Amino acid sequence: MDLLIFITLILIGFFAGRAAEKRHYRSIIRREKELADIPIFSARFPPPRTDAPDSKLVGGSVVVSVDYFKRFVAGLRMIIGGRIHSYESLLDRARREAILRMKQQAKEIGADSVFNVRLETSSISKGYRNSIGSVEVYAYGTALISGAVKRV
Amino acid sequence: MDSILISNIEIVPGRRIVKHLGLVQGSTVRAKHVGRDFMAGLKNIVGGELKGYTELLQESREEATQRMVQQAKSIGANAVINVRFSTSSITQGAAELYVYGTAVVLE
Repeated sequence: MDLLIFITLILIGFFAGRAAEKRHYRSIIRREKELADIPIFSARFPPPRTDAPDSKLVGGSVVVSVDYFKRFVAGLRMIIGGRIHSYESLLDRARREAILRMKQQAKEIGADSVFNVRLETSSISKGYRNSIGSVEVYAYGTALISGAVKRV
Repeated sequence: MDSILISNIEIVPGRRIVKHLGLVQGSTVRAKHVGRDFMAGLKNIVGGELKGYTELLQESREEATQRMVQQAKSIGANAVINVRFSTSSITQGAAELYVYGTAVVLE
């Protein structure tokens, strides 16, 4: 009985998880193209310019978890060591999604670039047997809005 | 000054910093309710975004920022620069959000 539940969970995780990941990647790639007109920089200082832009802190966060199948595969991988591809794609998705949400926020306030972008990663909940079940990524930076009304 | 400018770079483009007032900070510890934990547990099987947790952390972060802004206002600042966020998990199911920055007076 236990084995049956386990196999069912693995199968659900494998199929549903794969479909969800593919869908997520498609959406990420589509939105990255849409928001490509807002460049983001990890440089600490924006280049000096003649007009003084308005600035505002923007950020985006996301919590993503891996599916049951991937967690199982990662568990096996831990025995022999090496790269854990299933977690690599999880973190890649989380970071790109967080950056996209930050850019979206920047676009809504009419910014033309985001400077000093920092990414923060943390695992908020530990999953099965203390393995990392889900990660939170927060991306934040200072959006520069040019052409804003000058404050007097 | 009604609103406070928050930025994570050390300068404010086009404006001069007149006075540094030192570090201001805000933090909050939040836990999820059982319902959300349960839903997240189910979502863990198929993978994907845990919307409940994303919302929770976003709310907490806003609250921590609010507290920092309150502190900055109370010491007479009109901007907080060089802001950093930090997250740590205290126990399973609870997270601490911490935000800190330098309070300054802009001319």
